[in-house]
Amino acid sequence: MTGSYIMKPEKKTVTPPLWILLELTHKCPLECTYCYNQLDFANTKDQMSKEDWFRVMEEARAMGAVQLGISGGEPLLNKDLLDIVKKANDLKFYTNLITSGVGADISIVPKLKAAGLKTVQLGIQSSDEHTTTLITNNKTAFKDKMAFAKACKDNGLQLIVNTCITRQNIHQIGDIIEMAEWLGANYLEIANIQYYGWALENINALLPTREQLDEAKAITNHYRENRKDMKVFFVVPDYFATRPKACMNGWGSTFLTINPDGMALPCNTANTLPLTFPNVKEYSVEAIWNDSEAFNFFRGDSWMKEPCRTCDEKEKDFGGCRCQAYALTKDMREADPVCSKSGFHHVVTSKVEESLTSNQQPLYRNKINSMNIIANRLATSCK
Amino acid sequence: MQREKLLAVNDHFQLQYEEKQNCYVLLYPEGMVQLSFSAGEIMSLCDGTKSCEGIIGELTEKFSNDAIGSDVVEFLEEALSRDWIVYHEA
Ligand code: SF4
Ligand code: SF4
Repeated sequence: MTGSYIMKPEKKTVTPPLWILLELTHKCPLECTYCYNQLDFANTKDQMSKEDWFRVMEEARAMGAVQLGISGGEPLLNKDLLDIVKKANDLKFYTNLITSGVGADISIVPKLKAAGLKTVQLGIQSSDEHTTTLITNNKTAFKDKMAFAKACKDNGLQLIVNTCITRQNIHQIGDIIEMAEWLGANYLEIANIQYYGWALENINALLPTREQLDEAKAITNHYRENRKDMKVFFVVPDYFATRPKACMNGWGSTFLTINPDGMALPCNTANTLPLTFPNVKEYSVEAIWNDSEAFNFFRGDSWMKEPCRTCDEKEKDFGGCRCQAYALTKDMREADPVCSKSGFHHVVTSKVEESLTSNQQPLYRNKINSMNIIANRLATSCK
Repeated sequence: MQREKLLAVNDHFQLQYEEKQNCYVLLYPEGMVQLSFSAGEIMSLCDGTKSCEGIIGELTEKFSNDAIGSDVVEFLEEALSRDWIVYHEA
């Protein structure tokens, strides 16, 4: 593995996607401050019919995809959800519903099970009602989530509790672990969020301190060592790291997302990049995956600049996240500035410092705020 | 392990043969294990109608080999400890 990387011939082996994520809608009854969705989501319209989703699933399955995530926004708001789950199950996908648990009558849970759903990933923000409302701007969310979790267990569905950790709830880690166990969760995933979309807009109000993180980690480890009934995953935040995360296991290597308007993306947030992404209404999944410019753009390493181009760690992290590089440096070929070798690493460290002293209030993820942001962008670009 | 009890794949997992990968795979939330040929043969017999003894019997006959018993037991114990399979109450 030594020698000059610059001389290494470019290999762009394309392996089929394994993981397909359907974002059925960007509508959501909750308004979470840490949402990774694009700020201008109000511009995305739901344009995929049930038949369109069916075709996408068939094509992806034929290529060899096995995992299917059904997400949003809130997928429970899509009236075709049960048919989509049933179709996915008939095609022999392993089906994961990624939901807030809010947005449909609780009677949908046994129907989901009957349609063949395997796993529910339920987002839970807090162990108490008040904090849940503070984060989601929704007064009944906590009660709805508890009822949803119980219905999942009662109907024999595997339950994964997903908790996104920010400054708004990190002090509750211990209580959240207890609650997830009490709910009968099979797994708990405690994720330090990635700062994209609304989360990046709100970073000053959300980023925890290093001390808070260390404490949260210690509490999680204590649980893991003493009790073994529920598996707990802890995803560390990259803002406190010196190396970036590997972007989606490699751009266009494993993962394919379809937006509510049919746009195909190598990751959920890729459409923040200045690239043109193909639409499944115009092209087959196979053509998109194998031949489109966007999916090939960051395959291999010929796109890289220094320091990544000659870095001996580039096979490990692929230069990190393209969306983060673009959001923080305005150049999508830069190293992810989380990397301490990046010339822009100070952008990350100064964001961390700035957030410590800030008393900024978070902006809720909702349609009105999204439309205001779109209007402001237009106004600045016209000046 | 209890060698007379019926065995089945854990309902939270999904076992299937994948043409594209040329093997049995076991799917779980956001992940996949590719099973070796023998592991796939054994797992695919965990269908709720056979016990460990039954599986050994069937495979001994299929491959005309009397020596596979201990390998089957070893794999099934591993699979039980990973929750891939469970005892099935008929
Ligand atoms: S320089 Fe680039 S390739 Fe090297 S570790 Fe940093 S981000 Fe990864
Ligand atoms: S560019 Fe970033 S956000 Fe996009 S796939 Fe990679 S890690 Fe994810």
